[in-house]
Amino acid sequence: MNWSAVAAIYRFEMARFFRTITQSLVSPVLSTSLYFVVFGAAIGSRIDQVEGVPYGAFIVPGLIMLTVLTQATSNASFGIYFPKFIGTMYEILSAPIGYVEIVLGYVGAAATKALFIGVIILVTSFFFVDMTILHPLVMVAFLILTCVSFALLGFIIGIWAKNFEQLQLVPLLVITPLVFLGGSFYSISMLPPFWQGVTLFNPVVYLVSGFRWSFFGTADVPVAISLVAIAAFLGIMLAVTAWIFRTGWRLKQ
Amino acid sequence: MSGIVEVDGLAKRYDGGFEALKGVDLSIREGEILALLGPNGAGKTTLISTICGITVPTDGAVRVGGHDVVRDFRAARRMIGLVPQEINLEPFEKVRDTVAFSRGLFGAPRDDAKVAAVLEALSLTDKAGSQIKELSGGMKRRVLIAKALSHDPKVLFLDEPTAGVDVELRRGMWEVVAELKRRGVTIILTTHYIEEAEAIADRIAVISKGRILLVEEKDALMARMGRKEMVLELSEPLDALPPALRASGLALGADGSSLRYVYDVHAERTGITRLLSDLQAAGIRVRDVTTRQSSLEEIFTGLVDHDAREAAE
Ligand SMILES: Nc1ncnc2c1ncn2[C@@H]1O[C@H](COP(=O)(O)OP(=O)(O)OP(=O)(O)O)[C@@H](O)[C@H]1O
Ligand SMILES: [Mg+2]
Repeated sequence: MNWSAVAAIYRFEMARFFRTITQSLVSPVLSTSLYFVVFGAAIGSRIDQVEGVPYGAFIVPGLIMLTVLTQATSNASFGIYFPKFIGTMYEILSAPIGYVEIVLGYVGAAATKALFIGVIILVTSFFFVDMTILHPLVMVAFLILTCVSFALLGFIIGIWAKNFEQLQLVPLLVITPLVFLGGSFYSISMLPPFWQGVTLFNPVVYLVSGFRWSFFGTADVPVAISLVAIAAFLGIMLAVTAWIFRTGWRLKQ
Repeated sequence: MSGIVEVDGLAKRYDGGFEALKGVDLSIREGEILALLGPNGAGKTTLISTICGITVPTDGAVRVGGHDVVRDFRAARRMIGLVPQEINLEPFEKVRDTVAFSRGLFGAPRDDAKVAAVLEALSLTDKAGSQIKELSGGMKRRVLIAKALSHDPKVLFLDEPTAGVDVELRRGMWEVVAELKRRGVTIILTTHYIEEAEAIADRIAVISKGRILLVEEKDALMARMGRKEMVLELSEPLDALPPALRASGLALGADGSSLRYVYDVHAERTGITRLLSDLQAAGIRVRDVTTRQSSLEEIFTGLVDHDAREAAE
């Protein structure tokens, strides 16, 4: 195991993040604030409470998930796509490192950035709403698992992508809709029965539900199922990544 | 005795079906400078990329320092430094940071003094804090070399290190290469500048269409294949060669004031003595004599052309 290589990649990726720290932080904080204004203030004044939780607080876990998912995916996909694009990949491929080091470095850094932004949003939301987190440890566990597994998804997308359009495609076409339809801003129980059934095929539902449970103790699906779902997702991502490196798919000629 | 790099029956077929390497065997000796010459598309970069792990071989094997580059890639790659043909660098990174990054990537502990020394050796000290995008093309190439040297490789691959580098800088790089050789580093370089191979290589390998045509000591190669040309300036011009001299292999210059004679330095008889006495017998007076040895370039072009003709037949 070449730990100094992991550290080199990790540090390099974090340096890119901190070089553009203002952009990296301003946009998620700003958009979260907008969500609070639009959903929390405008809609919240009519909805009042969902499952005993004030609407403004109810949307906090979903908002964090929305940002963390997108950030983890896009950061990781960009992180590995960019060296392919400008050609610096040659050095990674010719270095005495296996895929474990590459994944730890790139995915670790992308997950860290997403976690960082998640925490900032959590802190921001305390300015808008009053709430207490019932199960902080479970919350942290969910957050980290989400960061890591979606950073892995982003990593796979970055290796798969052949151009910048493809790089944007999956986050735009898949992730954002899944998060919006995943109960971020409403409870599943508010939907008609047919749509409730359909929603259960959306993996993000399990994430948001479990994450919300760690805040307020209420959930759309049992928290154990949420944990199993996210663990299974992580397992699938790891398996795909291992396959990519075993075959050199889209990395080596 | 086996070499520090052993290439054994290496073949590479790209996804499109193109065979870039067709069974390459090559043994590189520890501490030598090997120049890999060949026309565009010969397979030089493919050969280097396959040794360094950037492309996957279709067949054959490579060992570096006794370590198989696929099975035992960590040990093999730790010994290797690679300077790629294309200038691939992260534009916003600082020179110092990118060299330190390479060092870390190759598993060496952080060492700021070492990084500074490498930059110094490549005359990059005053650019250490600059971003890559602020550098000129020649400087970027030197940054690539600095990255490759950051972890003290035993074997260094230089894929056209002096392409697009001015004459003065090229000499500077030759000095860097010579200094590395003194420190015991084995160097493999590709180049299109024959004078570069002539100036710094110990041995020369010629590759064309995915095959190694020849590997030989540079001096021996030049001597073995070296033909010499002798030009005799005449005191008085001739209209035509006198009959007595027709069989001698002499050629009369265009204006009739010089004679050209081509001979092989290593032949049993060069025919020079005979020629001179024939000239005297014919009453031709010689004003001046010059000789010229053919360059590696001519040897190389001859070899590749010959190969192309054979392939066409
Ligand atoms: N990724 C690739 N896919 C398909 N064919 C390739 C690929 N890379 C190189 N080739 C082909 O393999 C052959 C050898 O290419 P290579 O880059 O090794 O040549 P080279 O000797 O380095 O040439 P040059 O002097 O121009 O750098 C060429 O015909 C090239 O078109
Ligand atoms: Mg090349």
